[in-house]
Amino acid sequence: MPFIASTKTQPEYDVIVVGSGAAGGQTAYVLAAAGVKVLMLEAGRRYDPVEETPMFNTGRYAPLRGAPTPDKPFGFFDATVGGGWHVPGEPYMIKRGEAAQEWEEAKDTNPGSNQNFLWWRPRMLGGRTNHWGRFSFRMGEYDFKPRRRDGLGIDWPLDYQDLAPYYDKVESLIGVFGSNEGLENTPDSSPGVLLPPPKPRAYELLAKKACAKLGIPVIPSHVAILSRRQDHLRLPKLLHPDSPAMQKALAENMQTRLACMWATSCLRGCAIKANYQSTTVHLPPALATGNLDIITDAMVREVSVNSEGRATGVYYVDKKTRAELHVKARVVVLAASGCESARILLNSKSVHFTNGLANSCGKVGRYLMDTVGCSLGGQIPALENMPVHNEDGAMTMHMYMPWWKYKEQRAGKLDFPRGYHIEFGGGRTMPEAGSFGGMEAFTGGSYGKKFREDLRRYYGSFIYFAGRGEMIPNEQSFCEIDSDKKDVWGIPVLRFHWKWSEHEERQAAHMQKTFAEIIASMGGRVTSPPQLDGKKAINPGGSIIHEVGTTCMGDDPKNSVLNQFCQAWDVKNLFVTDGGPFVSNADKNPTLTIMANAWRATDYLIEELRKGNI
Amino acid sequence: MNLNIAKRLPRREAIKWLLAATATVSMLDWRSFGAPAASAKGYGLDQNLLETYNAGDLWPLTLTEAERRIATALCDVIIPADGKSPAASELHVVDFIDEWISAPYPEQQQHREIVLNGLAWLETESVKRFKKFFPDLSEVQQRAICDDICFAPKAAPAFRNAATFFTVFRNLTTGGFYTTPAGWKDIGYVGNVALEHFDGPPPEVLKYVGLM
Repeated sequence: MPFIASTKTQPEYDVIVVGSGAAGGQTAYVLAAAGVKVLMLEAGRRYDPVEETPMFNTGRYAPLRGAPTPDKPFGFFDATVGGGWHVPGEPYMIKRGEAAQEWEEAKDTNPGSNQNFLWWRPRMLGGRTNHWGRFSFRMGEYDFKPRRRDGLGIDWPLDYQDLAPYYDKVESLIGVFGSNEGLENTPDSSPGVLLPPPKPRAYELLAKKACAKLGIPVIPSHVAILSRRQDHLRLPKLLHPDSPAMQKALAENMQTRLACMWATSCLRGCAIKANYQSTTVHLPPALATGNLDIITDAMVREVSVNSEGRATGVYYVDKKTRAELHVKARVVVLAASGCESARILLNSKSVHFTNGLANSCGKVGRYLMDTVGCSLGGQIPALENMPVHNEDGAMTMHMYMPWWKYKEQRAGKLDFPRGYHIEFGGGRTMPEAGSFGGMEAFTGGSYGKKFREDLRRYYGSFIYFAGRGEMIPNEQSFCEIDSDKKDVWGIPVLRFHWKWSEHEERQAAHMQKTFAEIIASMGGRVTSPPQLDGKKAINPGGSIIHEVGTTCMGDDPKNSVLNQFCQAWDVKNLFVTDGGPFVSNADKNPTLTIMANAWRATDYLIEELRKGNI
Repeated sequence: MNLNIAKRLPRREAIKWLLAATATVSMLDWRSFGAPAASAKGYGLDQNLLETYNAGDLWPLTLTEAERRIATALCDVIIPADGKSPAASELHVVDFIDEWISAPYPEQQQHREIVLNGLAWLETESVKRFKKFFPDLSEVQQRAICDDICFAPKAAPAFRNAATFFTVFRNLTTGGFYTTPAGWKDIGYVGNVALEHFDGPPPEVLKYVGLM
């Protein structure tokens, strides 16, 4: 079974999976491994990182030297295809500013804008995993039970211990480097799971020294990049003890994945498969089992149901022919990304489900969350005129600062309830078109030979810190269908309501203060004053591209869409395995948890299929 | 007034013409003569990332020969050759600047107006002060003008627009220069090469930052 045209589908599948990113890839992988016949529908085009990734290509022969544009906001070489902050013909609606009355199509292409919500969507096989930052932090025990701790937000209907074995499995499968430090609410992986972290860079070591004075831990980052090749003899047996066929398929794929070459940005994708992308890690072995069909350019409109209220398949638009088609399956899994899956449910109205599918509780679209983000830069004299050396490393941070003030928070010493971690970068990166903008503040406007000397002096001496903090779900942040607006495929679009609460705004202000302290502690100066008004410091909703929630899980069908296994309370053979089920959004970047949760849900789905319950 | 008119005249005539113009306009109205915006489309959301692209491949370029001459001269004032590496003109930085200001995106369109106005101002100012075009001025004369506009926060009110232009133009020149292999070498960027191991900073670096 392979990539197929929409005219070549089987009469019926065991499971349809909508979406091919972290959630869809993981779900289809586990299903295919278990011998379940799967059809995957992806709204974007087929994409192969081995064939298409611009490894080592430099800005010199790229348009505008590769600088970001509205077409490619992360730069020309970013892997994203067919979308970004905007997908042509597929708008979403927002209200601009707090006082605005009118709904309007979201237009801004700059996350620094005043647009209140931004929604990043690619249209490609593998979805956002192709350009993802690949930070892979586990949520901790506290993160699953936030309400029990501080009375705010919603508890998950599962514990860290329920997901821990799945975190181990996902990390073993995709390959994550990092270390076990035994820190509070920052879980260790089981022995033998993590790959060794790369050595820190000079500026990372300096930051660590400076942070030690402030009591801030700086530890190896956890990133889905192969710091060495995976053990293809040990891991497949460990992950799939009952399936020799999957062991073989996985071992073969692991042998095609090379270790990181410590060069070229992972945001471009990776032709040697050294990082995790659904397209290089999940899909090839799943396809090799022969149990997976994939149709690309297939835009799903709604889930079909029968007179008993069971899901029977999905309706979708073949974007190439514009034909409206239907495929059947015993089970439907939505893994189209938080908001997109909610959109499909809300658009699946019928006699049985007048309010949209799986929505008897009225919670579909509710509790939309992103990550609290803001940043600050600094210039560090100790790094000036550094001896020439290669600092590329993994494209991203080798070290980071996990949240460290649990004790103060418990003691009520902070004016915000939840934590954040700090990501940071800098150093002697490949110069880009805009790398030396704003140098006047340091050079006094020099030009000529003096300017050249100034640049040699300052190059590599800049550092930036970005906070990534927990947002608490609130009643004012949600998405719903705009009944007046359809996309180019005739499908009603989403509109977004968004509000940061004071919890997030105060946290952002604290981030700014902390960044300034670290920069001062490094002997540096900030490149702009810290913004201590959290309302102004905080990035717009959605701009960190960690949107989760909108199909919340819970213990009670009256106030949750899904049970703890991502199964819809109202429709037993319908699951949502993306970020939608999240009821908290810890500071830990969500993708790893999406995959662990999807794996657990899919194990349950397979068991229920076998028992004949669905 | 614009350089397209001046360009068609013999050089001596053009200088006279510019002098006459500056006599009547003490401070140019910056906004009155922006060039028409480029009408080309952007490269879209699914461009082949493996191809090589050169200036002019994706949208038509803008600069006239006269403008290119001024821009090239100014690039070399900003990044002249020194003992270590070549001047901006040797790396054809002006091609990048032309590509940049010709691009159909909002930021580049804004820079287009600033750069075209700025080049015209520079030519006028050169003629006004020294009765020669900017590229033909001596280094001392060129610096005399650039010193007035090189640092926007301290520029005199009369030079504020020109200083904005200089800031943009310096950023573009720098962007065009340091994104080349020669620029990398100059600044000490030695990455983008495949390594078997990442060894972290060498001992001399650790010593330099006081960590060893």
